Amino acid sequence: MDFYSFLIQSLNALQYGLLLFLVASGLTLVFGIMGIINLAHGSFYMIGAYLAFALTSLTGNFFVAILLGIPLALAFGAALEALLFAHLYKRDHLEQVLLTYGLILIFEEVRSLLLGDDVHGIPVPEIFAASIPLNDTLSYPVYRLVISAVCIVLAVGLYWLIQRTRLGMMIRAGSHDRDMVQSLGIDINRIYRTVFALGVALAALAGMLAAPISSVFPGMGSQVLIISFVIVVIGGIGSVWGALIAALIIGFADTFGKVLLPDFAGLIVYLVMAVVLLWRPEGILKKG
Amino acid sequence: MSEVLLEAKQLHTYYGSSHILHGVDFHINKGEALGLMGRNGMGKTTLIRSMMGLVKPRHGEVKVRGDAMTGAPTHRIARQGIAYVPEGRGIFPNLSVKENLLMAARPGVDGQRNWTFERVLETFPRLGERLTNGGGQLSGGEQQMLTIGRALMTNPDLMILDEATEGLAPLIAREIWRIVREIGKSGIATVIVDKNHAAVTSITHRSVILVKGQVVFDGDSEVLRNNQALIQQHLGV
Repeated sequence: MDFYSFLIQSLNALQYGLLLFLVASGLTLVFGIMGIINLAHGSFYMIGAYLAFALTSLTGNFFVAILLGIPLALAFGAALEALLFAHLYKRDHLEQVLLTYGLILIFEEVRSLLLGDDVHGIPVPEIFAASIPLNDTLSYPVYRLVISAVCIVLAVGLYWLIQRTRLGMMIRAGSHDRDMVQSLGIDINRIYRTVFALGVALAALAGMLAAPISSVFPGMGSQVLIISFVIVVIGGIGSVWGALIAALIIGFADTFGKVLLPDFAGLIVYLVMAVVLLWRPEGILKKG
Repeated sequence: MSEVLLEAKQLHTYYGSSHILHGVDFHINKGEALGLMGRNGMGKTTLIRSMMGLVKPRHGEVKVRGDAMTGAPTHRIARQGIAYVPEGRGIFPNLSVKENLLMAARPGVDGQRNWTFERVLETFPRLGERLTNGGGQLSGGEQQMLTIGRALMTNPDLMILDEATEGLAPLIAREIWRIVREIGKSGIATVIVDKNHAAVTSITHRSVILVKGQVVFDGDSEVLRNNQALIQQHLGV
């Protein structure tokens, strides 16, 4: 592998890993703070991609689609939490899995009714459609760099929110002792709703950003769900920074696995998970 | 006429099938210092948790500033100016000392901001030296100071302290008692649950004794202090 191919694969791995982080961060927050196993989390990624497709078709502009899609995803997340997930916190994991698996089926059915089962594509927005030439034959698409940049900005924003704001302090406190947080006069249910809506919006945004490069297809949510659970487990349940590290590891393992060991491409990610868990059974970073 | 801040009327609370509170009447007035005593398992903490909305009483009524709030969400009850420092302290170990304090900060019911971050640090200089430490890295006494300081950050009119000196070395316990007295003098009403009845009766106006989920004494702390027979009967070990 020459230097430019290596560079291209590295940038792809980074972009893929960061995008996975957007999905996994919400999954790990909801899991770590509210104790909810949300199998429907991958569906939010799918919904995001279809939202981008539908709204781009409607408005003719990908950026407008994203600007409309984010508040829609937030509202959808908040409504879902209030109507369904708020009733799950005190229930056991079996009931959580049953409800959230049921939601996957409902979301896929509704998607099928509204937008059909065809595979769709969204063109890369024109101003990012260019490629940066690397040498005579190889070049790198600007849009992928834009995805990475947006993800990095969001990761920094998430860090700031959780580590530096009062809301972040309340979120962290709430993951430790729900009764005590309430005794201090803080509405824990509102904190949970905010975290849940944020997780939905991040996953949906990942789907929207990915839509122009990965196409929009039925079942895209379940692919992402499985890999996101791998990331949450590797990173340490509830740890956003663990999820970031794990997402990058998976991004690189998957991308280079496909290039270097194409026969075992599907296995690499799980091998990485097994190795990490042998080394650190609780994940790279514990909850915190 | 003294204003009643928090009141329980004929409260019956169960944990599962066990009947813990058997019709408890309880109230605390504005600015009053009250001792709540009784041996282990007599229902002191259950009474507090029932009034705070952390357990739902099966019968009876909880009134906050005269309004019925039986089983209301805990944060709404706390927002009426009631700070609860639970047994076991309830520090957030995954937050720094500074974050533990700042996350709770809010003005009081009447908008008062008497207790600021700076004033809490003046009252507890030891916390000032440990601001960046994790809440879990503190000693027992420091943790207790942190929970009291954190409760003060909410600018309460009533502070409920459940076993604040439990497990602390005598010197540190004395420091906690000094602070509790100071809080009372600043006009904040206090409900003090503690096994040290000598200390409790000396710093409170009124004392309440619970036995098996019922009030057996509700009266002047000085009267109780001078009635060793009563103390022996209900509180002696």
